[in-house]
Amino acid sequence: MRSFNHVEVRAPLTLGEAAKGFKGTVASIDASGCAETGLEPCEIECRLMEMGFTEGAEVEIKHEGFWGRDPIAVKVNNMTVALRRREANAIHIIPAGVP
Amino acid sequence: MAEAPRRVVLVGNPNCGKTSLFNALTGSRQKVANYPGVTVERKEGVFSTPQGRKVELLDLPGTYSLRARSPDEEIARDVILGRIANEPVPDIVLCVADASNPRLSLRLALELRNVCPHVGLVLNMADIARHRGIDIDIERLSSELKIPVVPCIAVRPKGTNALLSLLDKEITALREVSSPVPRWTPPSPAEICVLQKEADRIAASAVKIPPRQGVTPKLDAVLLHPVWGLLILLAVLFLMFQAVFTWAEPPMNALKMGIGFLADLASQFLPEGLLRHFVHDALICGVGAVAVFLPQILILFFFILLLEDSGYMARAAFLMDKIMGAAGLHGRAFIPLLSSFACAIPAIMATRVIDNRRDRLTTILIAPLMPCSARIPVYALIIAAFFPATKIWGVQLQGLVMFGLYALGILSGLAAAYILRRTLWRRIPTEPFLMELPDYKAPNLRNIAYGLLQRASLFLRRAGTTIAAITILVWALAAFPQSAPNAAVPAIETSYAARIGKAIEPVFAPLGFNWKINVALISGMAAREVAVATLGTVYSIEESGKGEAVLGSALASEWSLATALALLAWYAFAPQCASTLMLIRKETGSLKWMLFSFGYMITLAYAAAFIAYRVGGALTLPVG
Repeated sequence: MRSFNHVEVRAPLTLGEAAKGFKGTVASIDASGCAETGLEPCEIECRLMEMGFTEGAEVEIKHEGFWGRDPIAVKVNNMTVALRRREANAIHIIPAGVP
Repeated sequence: MAEAPRRVVLVGNPNCGKTSLFNALTGSRQKVANYPGVTVERKEGVFSTPQGRKVELLDLPGTYSLRARSPDEEIARDVILGRIANEPVPDIVLCVADASNPRLSLRLALELRNVCPHVGLVLNMADIARHRGIDIDIERLSSELKIPVVPCIAVRPKGTNALLSLLDKEITALREVSSPVPRWTPPSPAEICVLQKEADRIAASAVKIPPRQGVTPKLDAVLLHPVWGLLILLAVLFLMFQAVFTWAEPPMNALKMGIGFLADLASQFLPEGLLRHFVHDALICGVGAVAVFLPQILILFFFILLLEDSGYMARAAFLMDKIMGAAGLHGRAFIPLLSSFACAIPAIMATRVIDNRRDRLTTILIAPLMPCSARIPVYALIIAAFFPATKIWGVQLQGLVMFGLYALGILSGLAAAYILRRTLWRRIPTEPFLMELPDYKAPNLRNIAYGLLQRASLFLRRAGTTIAAITILVWALAAFPQSAPNAAVPAIETSYAARIGKAIEPVFAPLGFNWKINVALISGMAAREVAVATLGTVYSIEESGKGEAVLGSALASEWSLATALALLAWYAFAPQCASTLMLIRKETGSLKWMLFSFGYMITLAYAAAFIAYRVGGALTLPVG
């Protein structure tokens, strides 16, 4: 959020970077930065939206895996979805409490 | 005039209780097969509405949208759109939704409504939703969506009444003899987003959901815990495999006794000769050797269906995803692979829990590498004959060798999955792990019973047809041509199997296998453990209480250690089970994948046995 003398202290920009317990809303879905998944960015975007990750949806990271804190279980509005952090990087987020 | 039955299809997200509804409507009048050429299950049933109208109901694979993501979902879409040969366009499309979690289903209903002329929305598990304080204004929902909406409780006796009267009304209103082919174009991400916003708006106006409560979050706090969750999963698996081996033992013994009784009857009442040998050896004992696995299969599937129906299976996949993913497998692949330790046949049948076809195929191809229980008799015979019962660093040497063979099987299976991913399917992107974790619910015994019935009939049908045919073929090879009754050599030495064994001797000589071993390998195609009995026959060891110990010492004096090592290595990899190969052909729907798995396994086996023979030879040289 702010930078002091080049040391950046910022909130996570995507759900893939966020820690367990994170609460917020989906700002946008943009998979252009997740090249390593192998699928076309457009395909990943469609799939995420079909699982309920649409703009404005409320998200909360409820659980994470043992190895590399991956995959994550995310509450999306009223349901829980499991996904890998790699794909969650396409979900851009706004932390709760930020206007 | 009798009307032609109307075709109704069930579409819905996974976990919406579609299968319960299908079971409730069709009862036992259902047929399970595969769609031609693909590993996708086709479930069809018939029933009559209260007004006596005949309905052909099709349960489609679970999907979140018409924009299919996997071959299963493509089937669902293509059936709805009338794009599959010999599948007429459905007259009525029922979109099934979990009433507690309708958000994504409402978008699917909108998608369907825009394409198909007759769509209805079924709010299933309405009782659970009411219990959780979810209030749905059905009339409002229906007028907003512009399609009929009915509540439904599939697991209650009268829970489908509203749906049945809706079907009566809709079928009466149907004018066309056959429905027109719908037109559809895949939506863009932006269009999906617009449709979901519309669904969210409708949900906000007609559905009131109180803050989430219930047992699921509390249970997940433990069951998905990074440490406790894994330990509990291990405990569940341990219990499951204990059950597969211990609970199955009494019924398996009973089956064995029953088969033995039948075999005795055959020997008593049939005259000595070819017919008696055929009925006794091939029909009763041969097919019986496979049929005896039925209790294990039923117990295994009881657990799998229980885990699936209660919602735990998705959690297990979540916990295992990282490990399985490292080998290029899906999280759900681990249950079939573990089942493979009992037998590859139920394991390959169990791969149906994996939704994506490519992931399922990988699992099917590597499942036969897992050390199945039919390898144990062969391993045990050779290990006991060639490895002294001494201890190395306080560990039993024989147990260590057995452990090594197990480790070899598991590691090579994972390595094969890894290599398949990076060679054959290099160009095909890895399927992302993206899965709903449904709320836990009490498993429904009727669903489990229907599931078990389906597996049992599938297995018995196969044991009775393809597996029986292969067994008879292998038996015939060993039984013909018939030798004179008082010939000096055992009959098997002049059989076709022996001729083949001798003919392929040059091929197997570099592995240190003589023709007698080759004969055992041929008869072992019927079932791996049959090789032990065949070795007994070709080495002229009478079957008796001490048969195996005598056979062991006969082998120890005839074979070198290098040959024994080579045979162990061969057995770890070789596609020594015709039943498994036939099942791979059925489940993948193609001869190509059966031949591929035969080819890659036999190559691995040959290479491993060759190396083992050379290494064994080098090890024994200084001593000899």
